[in-house]
Amino acid sequence: MRAARLGDDAAYRRLLMQVATWLRGITRRSLAAAGRRVDDSEDIVQETLLAMHLKRDTWDETQPLEPWLRAIARHKLVDHLRRRGVTDHVDIEDLSETLAAPANDPVGPAADARRLLAGLPERQRRIVEGVSLDGQSAQEVGARLGMSEGAVRVTLHRALKALAAAYRRDRS
Amino acid sequence: MKTDQFVAALVADRKGSVWPPGRLMATAIAIGGLVSLAIFALEFGPRVDLAAAFRTWRFDLKLVLVLVAVVAAFGACSTLARPVRAGSLLPRMLPLIVLAVVAVVIELAMLPRASWATRLIGSNALVCLTAIPLFALAPLTVLILALRRTAPASPIRSGAMAGALAAAAAAAIYAFHCFDDSPLFVLTWYPLAALPVIAAGALAGNRLLRW
Repeated sequence: MRAARLGDDAAYRRLLMQVATWLRGITRRSLAAAGRRVDDSEDIVQETLLAMHLKRDTWDETQPLEPWLRAIARHKLVDHLRRRGVTDHVDIEDLSETLAAPANDPVGPAADARRLLAGLPERQRRIVEGVSLDGQSAQEVGARLGMSEGAVRVTLHRALKALAAAYRRDRS
Repeated sequence: MKTDQFVAALVADRKGSVWPPGRLMATAIAIGGLVSLAIFALEFGPRVDLAAAFRTWRFDLKLVLVLVAVVAAFGACSTLARPVRAGSLLPRMLPLIVLAVVAVVIELAMLPRASWATRLIGSNALVCLTAIPLFALAPLTVLILALRRTAPASPIRSGAMAGALAAAAAAAIYAFHCFDDSPLFVLTWYPLAALPVIAAGALAGNRLLRW
């Protein structure tokens, strides 16, 4: 995370992928423990990653990263279960030691992100898709859409904030 | 969408600077405080005997009290803006509480019993109850907007503490207008004036600080 704050994209990607694996384990176990199907676990993983990304400045560098990650994961998981009618206390402390789950498994990719993206303004949607699905850089997307790299980044940031808001609306 | 594709979009969303809650809140208080200072300058103005007041211990103690309240609320507010649940906030409030108790004890010891009530009621209570919420309005608005970028474990508590911080900042401005310097007055009416601001903050937090 420290490296990511200094602009090291490769380190940030590694961190997010590691956290995703860890989250997947926690999410599956919690859903199973609450008697829910694990189908939408990948949606929860992505929503939580998005929250961690947008709220990353709330991590205090003088503190260890894990309690912060755990607090956000717990917040999103509790929110998710509560809105689906599960009011039981979720204790992820019990689950944090469980084995993390790899991504290549029968559950498959998440559906919510694609669906919620479709509700975003055209330009925002095309930029997110260009960067994620087509694996292009901000510069390449900009060249394709006739925008400067800076404008692409600004729009991308707006798109991610809009996506986070869409997740919240979707759940309520 | 696969998660590694999703992550690519997050990684591409870079930014130049880090805004920890403390920095966000300090900026918000500065902006909101300037608006309130403008209202203060245009509509209220400092008390006429300000220079003389600085030489009295009651006025100085009043300033120390409101500044300690600002510092305590600022620290608590920045703790509550983070997702990790805060422990007890009592240690943060302790200096303020101790100072308040000491101030009241000194005042009671120095004044004859007959004048306690006069000092407590003072002459500006109504102005105090209006001016502090008025001066708190702009700081609270900007603070809540700033806190939307944070991740409070409890939106209601975070909003309420933002209200307390805005009220403390407002009190720091109002203190320069008010003639009533007795700790008995300050510790009665200033907290009463802060209550509606704290309630407004909690309501706003509940609606606007969910994430």
